[in-house]
Amino acid sequence: MNGFAANDGDLVAEGLACRRGERLVFSGLHCVLPAGGALLLTGANGSGKSTLLRLLATLLAPEAGTIAWDGVRIGDDLAAYRARLHYVGHLDAVKPALAVRETLTFWTGLRGVQVSSVDAALATFGLDAIADWPCRWLSAGQKRRLALARLVAAPAALWLLDEPTAALDADGERRLIASIEAHRAAGGRVMMATHQALPLADTQVLALEDFAPATAVPFAFTP
Amino acid sequence: MTPYLRLFRREVRLAFRQGGEIGLALGFFVLAVVLFPLGVGPEAEILRRIGAGIVWVAALLAAVLSLDRLFAADHADGGLDLLALSAMPLEGAVVAKCAAHWATTGLPLAILSPLLGLLVGLDARSIALLAVGLLLGTPALSLLGAIAAALTLGARRPGVLSSLIVLPLYLPVLIFGAGAVEAGIAGGGARPHLLLLGAFSLGALPLAPIAAAAALRQALD
Repeated sequence: MNGFAANDGDLVAEGLACRRGERLVFSGLHCVLPAGGALLLTGANGSGKSTLLRLLATLLAPEAGTIAWDGVRIGDDLAAYRARLHYVGHLDAVKPALAVRETLTFWTGLRGVQVSSVDAALATFGLDAIADWPCRWLSAGQKRRLALARLVAAPAALWLLDEPTAALDADGERRLIASIEAHRAAGGRVMMATHQALPLADTQVLALEDFAPATAVPFAFTP
Repeated sequence: MTPYLRLFRREVRLAFRQGGEIGLALGFFVLAVVLFPLGVGPEAEILRRIGAGIVWVAALLAAVLSLDRLFAADHADGGLDLLALSAMPLEGAVVAKCAAHWATTGLPLAILSPLLGLLVGLDARSIALLAVGLLLGTPALSLLGAIAAALTLGARRPGVLSSLIVLPLYLPVLIFGAGAVEAGIAGGGARPHLLLLGAFSLGALPLAPIAAAAALRQALD
């Protein structure tokens, strides 16, 4: 185990292994994420941080191992699990032809919830002044803020964030950290891949190197 | 508003705003039909005989031309991940996207077809059969096209590859669509042809989204 004992209500991954193509990225991975917890994924490029996040987001299937939340395997009710998570990956899912508010309203509405909190979410990330701009006018950092605004526009217990601070300025980073801390204070969980030391309180660290398979290249690669 | 309706509205809005998306397919459709009289000569009798076939082939090609906008942009910008995690099953998202694709491609093609029917010298009854046939058959073009568009995500030349995949699947639509007009000209009943066209679209409605969603899940990997 990873040094944490699992309690009722925890999100627990056990014995996870993931293969991308011919390459085994990691194996035997354990982690526990309690309510209010923040788990930072660290590791070199290619060590499987994004892969683990996509695995937890059910966008990839594990080679081995199980993920369970409160004792229930996530595969048993995939739709319910997906409704409880937010995934913000490297890509921002922003269409140049849509306006900022339209984009957030659309993605929030797609979760099947009320979209009344869209303007508040835009304000949380400082986008309220440009809510009617078409997204083709946005900079990379503003697109990132828009992607992050999805987190607060619709509530979800688990946030899976892949390098969320990429392209963010100092103000954006402050807003993100404030949102994460508010989310955790309300019992939410965060799992985040990051290379930056973020001023988050009471975090756990999962070093992906600890679960790297013994042989990185199991066969001779001939291009 | 349900997620399905939301997705449908966004797709239609995107097609209208990204100017040219609709215009491109329609322009191609018109131009391809106009080229034929120049190529085979202006004899009215020849044109009337092959007119319906020309319009149908041009419609097929125009539909193929517009397939890449179904999933490619969402695949490239990460939207596909979010669609997979949304409150609707991926199959439902495919249906909503196909409906929007039909409303912005197949439907305008059908509406424009009487004009092109006139151009190739079809009589009033043949023009009506052509337009009704296109209305019934074009949903199948969008639905079957979704399979090819999803399968070719990430391929290097997706447009060429998807036309190779999908054009053979379009054959029944072409045969019964052009056949309806021909049967009308020959004095026979066009009804069986039109019924088969409708049946083909209805059959594709539940089956094609299952195949397309399976291909999309592969693309997420």
